[in-house]
Amino acid sequence: MPSDPLVAQHVLEFPGGYTRSTGPVVGRFLTELRERRIVGVRTGEGRVLVPPLEYDPATGDPVTDEYVEVGPAGTVTTWTWVGEPLGAHPVDVPFAWALIALDGADTALVHAVVPEHPKAMRTGMRVRPVWRERPTGHITDIRHFAPEVTRIVSPVRAEYRLRAGGSLGVFLAGVERGVLLGGRCERCAKVYVPYRTFCPECGGPIPDTLELPDTGTITTFAINNLPDPRAPEVPFVSAYILLDGADLPMIALVAGVPAHEVRQGMRVRAVWVPESERTASMANIRWFAPTGEPDVELS
Amino acid sequence: MRDVAIVAFAQTRHTGHDTGLSEPELILPVINEVKERTGLTRFGFTCSGSCDYLAGAPFSFVSALDALAAWPPISESHVEMDAAWALYEAWVRLQHGDIDSALVYGFGKTSLGDLRTIMTLQLDPYYLAPLGLDQLSYAGLQAAALGAEREELDEIVRRSRADGRANPYALDLPDPEGDGLVAPPVTDGAAAVVLAAGDLAGRLTSSPAYIRGLAHRIEPHYLGMRDLARSVSAADAARAAGVGKGPVEVAELHAQFAHEEIILREALELTGDTVVNPSGGPLAANPVMATGLIRIGEAAARILDGRNHRTVAHAAGGPCLQHNLVTVLEG
Ligand SMILES: [Zn+2]
Repeated sequence: MPSDPLVAQHVLEFPGGYTRSTGPVVGRFLTELRERRIVGVRTGEGRVLVPPLEYDPATGDPVTDEYVEVGPAGTVTTWTWVGEPLGAHPVDVPFAWALIALDGADTALVHAVVPEHPKAMRTGMRVRPVWRERPTGHITDIRHFAPEVTRIVSPVRAEYRLRAGGSLGVFLAGVERGVLLGGRCERCAKVYVPYRTFCPECGGPIPDTLELPDTGTITTFAINNLPDPRAPEVPFVSAYILLDGADLPMIALVAGVPAHEVRQGMRVRAVWVPESERTASMANIRWFAPTGEPDVELS
Repeated sequence: MRDVAIVAFAQTRHTGHDTGLSEPELILPVINEVKERTGLTRFGFTCSGSCDYLAGAPFSFVSALDALAAWPPISESHVEMDAAWALYEAWVRLQHGDIDSALVYGFGKTSLGDLRTIMTLQLDPYYLAPLGLDQLSYAGLQAAALGAEREELDEIVRRSRADGRANPYALDLPDPEGDGLVAPPVTDGAAAVVLAAGDLAGRLTSSPAYIRGLAHRIEPHYLGMRDLARSVSAADAARAAGVGKGPVEVAELHAQFAHEEIILREALELTGDTVVNPSGGPLAANPVMATGLIRIGEAAARILDGRNHRTVAHAAGGPCLQHNLVTVLEG
């Protein structure tokens, strides 16, 4: 019995491809393409057609036999994005079909453009051909067009060895014990944290350290949307925190609260790493988290 | 010029899938319908439009002749184009003056293959087809060149599909989702038209749809040699056909993509008073190679049944509205 429904697969194909004559005009273009040159043909009216046609589409007159090298760079005049390339498309990554006005041409070439990123694709962008390794005289000798180089990435890296002596050493020694050390200026009575040996305001000496609590108030803050290796997540909040008893705020991360709920006047407390993991480093404080106390009125 | 009128039009109830009918089986009912409606069983001339690449078989139109009763031998021709151009050829033939009637029909089953890639085969084989530039891709280029607002495009699709749901011959399609280019639906279908010249028109129907203007113009094939945001050839054809010589009550436009309707409205200089594609247009049913003839048939039907006095039909061929045919019909 026949199956139901009766369905058959039918394929139309010219095995090995269909041989076509190019004629002198298209042939010249493809021959030049094999040499990685793009040429247009000049019309009787002086326009340069790219790719070349046998006749001027505007007048129907035969074109001249003057061939003009154009491009290879050009400007995208119109484009449409192809998110899922088909098997017949020239590249197998998402790309744009574009009309490209090659430098020196009066018409636009249709070809694929592969930008670094879809968002980099725009009308007016400058592109250049990326050639196939072994051109054979075919429109696909140009594998695709790529954006012209408009920027480079310069790696910058230098290594340094830092040593915390002096007042910073004293402060970090305190941090290792889980204590924040500040100091009071003998002359103007202002309290600074981290601990420092002299007052930045009056220049007076600060001979002794002063233990400050690890609670404070947010005076101002910023929501950061770029990732940072020290931050818990993106977005993260960095804030000025005025420790209780200090006169100048410290900068630190704030977490344990959605970024958009952080506010000026919010009370926070340092979240320390477990005692066994502590070192002489600010990494001992993961971040500051809200205490839940009522907000402080900032003057 | 002889007066030539459309005196009958019939179309299939198009489907969005292959029902298994062969092309002659698809055509036969509409041929019989226009024969019954006019009482004619023989025609001075017969012309059809179809595309072998849709069926994937050479000379596929020849087997379609089985639906015609072509014995004793008839005078017959075919265009490898939308049947709107078959109607043009029949109209020219009737201008010769020695025959008075012509049968025109077109058919296509886009369910058989992937129209998106089949339409690549119509592109030039040197510069465009080898890139695999497909139908959605070149429509996308034209939409980008026009740069219309998303809302305007979506509204055209919504309106077309709603009108299509009210048209028993078109497809019943839901409102589109997503924000991309909306492609015309997969459609199988056929259509037939009878033309009559001189006194015969009035004898066959009480209200013939007279062809008062008929013209087609073409532009360069290569997309980069044209301003894709405009249709110079549609504008030229509309001018030559005399679209602007009177108010246009209804325009049936062969707009397979929403942006094409915007381009064509401008090219045909249609005002806000003109109702566009009340049938739903190609966005509601697109039996390729019959779609353009159906636009003429839908525009004529409104005159044949007395709903309108002056309508315009448009048919298109080639990539990105390369080739445009405009018909002005009057009661
Ligand atoms: Zn001081």
